[in-house]
Amino acid sequence: MKVDLSWIDYLIMIIYFLFVLGIGWFLRKFMKNANAFLEAGRSMPAWVAGLAFISTNLGALEVMGMTGSGMKYGMLTTHFYWIGAIPAMIFLALFMMPFYYGSKARSVPEFLKLRYDEKTRGLNAILFAVMTVLASGISMYALAILMENVLGWNFNMSLWVSALIVLGYTYLGGLSSAIYNEVLQFFIIVIGLLPLVFLALKDVGGWVGLKAQLAPISQAKGFAADTFTTTWKYSGAAGSNPLGVEWFGILFGLGFVLSFGYWCTNFLIVQRAFAAESKAAARKVPLIGAIPKMFIPFLIIVPGIIALALFNNPGIDFAKNFPLDAAGKPIYDYTIIMLLKQYLPAGVLGLGITALLASFMSGMAGNVSAFNTVWTYDIYQSYIRPRSGNEEADGKHYLKVGRIATIFGILLSIASAYIASKFGNIMDFLQTIFSLINAPLFAVIFLGMFWKRTTGHAAFTGLLAGFLLALLHHGLTIPDGATTLVKGGWIAVLHTYPVEMAQNFWTAIIAFGVSSVVTVGLTFVTRQKKSDEELHGLVYSLTPRELNDSHLPWYERPAGLAILVGVICIVLTIMFW
Amino acid sequence: MVDIRIPIGLMFTIIGILITVFGFATMSNTGMYQKSLGINVNIIMGILMLVFGLVMLYFARRKKKV
Repeated sequence: MKVDLSWIDYLIMIIYFLFVLGIGWFLRKFMKNANAFLEAGRSMPAWVAGLAFISTNLGALEVMGMTGSGMKYGMLTTHFYWIGAIPAMIFLALFMMPFYYGSKARSVPEFLKLRYDEKTRGLNAILFAVMTVLASGISMYALAILMENVLGWNFNMSLWVSALIVLGYTYLGGLSSAIYNEVLQFFIIVIGLLPLVFLALKDVGGWVGLKAQLAPISQAKGFAADTFTTTWKYSGAAGSNPLGVEWFGILFGLGFVLSFGYWCTNFLIVQRAFAAESKAAARKVPLIGAIPKMFIPFLIIVPGIIALALFNNPGIDFAKNFPLDAAGKPIYDYTIIMLLKQYLPAGVLGLGITALLASFMSGMAGNVSAFNTVWTYDIYQSYIRPRSGNEEADGKHYLKVGRIATIFGILLSIASAYIASKFGNIMDFLQTIFSLINAPLFAVIFLGMFWKRTTGHAAFTGLLAGFLLALLHHGLTIPDGATTLVKGGWIAVLHTYPVEMAQNFWTAIIAFGVSSVVTVGLTFVTRQKKSDEELHGLVYSLTPRELNDSHLPWYERPAGLAILVGVICIVLTIMFW
Repeated sequence: MVDIRIPIGLMFTIIGILITVFGFATMSNTGMYQKSLGINVNIIMGILMLVFGLVMLYFARRKKKV
């Protein structure tokens, strides 16, 4: 199944590498203090931060995982976009960003410190630091193994070379360099995958032809003929769609808990909006990001669905060569690269591989630039060496610490890439980690922003309880047919879910539920230590209303943009209902 | 600091030219384009990238003059 690259493919990759490193090199002279390095000096225009916002999310796991999920679940995968991202992005922009940005917090953990107390910040900072390193390690591993099996690249070499390039440009130019490169990477990913979508669609006879080819495949699996090309139509019962989740689980588990947890509290995403030049720009960042986000399914999920049709056509090389696991099932992570190999000749093939590398780098740089900020401000500055009072000397010192943290972040990611090995569908596993960390965090931040009474003790306990109970739930349940303890049931098996996705959704719902109940309950029995004065700008009821922006044209106003995004999203949902 | 449209524009212009030229040079190689259903995608994508790169550079330049 090896594919040979020609000189032109390598040349395109090298040009791309030179540009990403060049951007870092060019920006290095602007990195005079920690503020410039870790926060990009809060100077990014809304469109730059908005594209970076979505590009960070479009990491290698997203591209590989979502194409794989397209092959596995069909059009139902778009739930991760239209219901599982857009509403949360609109909510973040309109209701949360004013408090995040207005608080002057430099990170999400620091917001927790300002709103609650030191221990809540500490808990979140440490969990987040571990999570980012783990996540970038997993994605590095996934990519390197793919490149080894398909392109014949040495595993260690592709791991170290790609990590060192990311290190190069983030070390030199910090968050600015990460953001600028994410914009460049966004365009490379879109343009690099574009020929694949067109050729694959043309090959199967367009959307109509695809539907016709999928009908017998769908029926053979025991579903209705159009299950793989529709979204909500068969979500009445869990068993009638390949996702194995009914409408309530999708709407509440994915659309609310997982999605709001990820988009509204995950610092590696939110950090891009923090870097915007003004509060007005920061509010537009998630909305500008939402516009391409809505259309990404056509770029990565639709080819995955086409792969399902190709896979069931035993006469062609695609089906013959598709890598299978021990149980004879396709290894879904290979979907994207198998498609690239199937349709792209030398030249555009190099572009497609470069798109994969770019997606990996944007995700990894996101992790690294969030990690070094949390490490420097929330761990080092809080517990190891507090500010001395001399602003200039501090700025230089923390810049040095931030740079060293960048190196360590990358080295730790490489280490975790070597540890990460036997996980099935990477996306499912990542969902598990996110649901354990982000869902309780969303409950706590949401309560903190909209209920001024919420206390620090309550938030800390709520965060911890949500995390531990979710862990317990994961330990007591398994998805049907699971063979490893990684999938759950490592304490005892009390309940079996039909599919892993359903288990993940419910883990998240429990984490969120427990966390909310504990935080609200304890708030009534503990004393609020923060005065109204201190909570000014952090809590909805204690913050004066925004300046009037009605003199601006509608597309310059967050509310106007939000309506536009909402309408497009609803139209797409109805079109593919 | 720096206008990101400049490096983006430059990169797409360079890669665009490269792929277009490569597409024309391999035009007679029908075996190679069997994969892409007989379509010379290199020429199409090359020109598309070149145009995108030039548009980016144009906007970056126009902003500077203001």
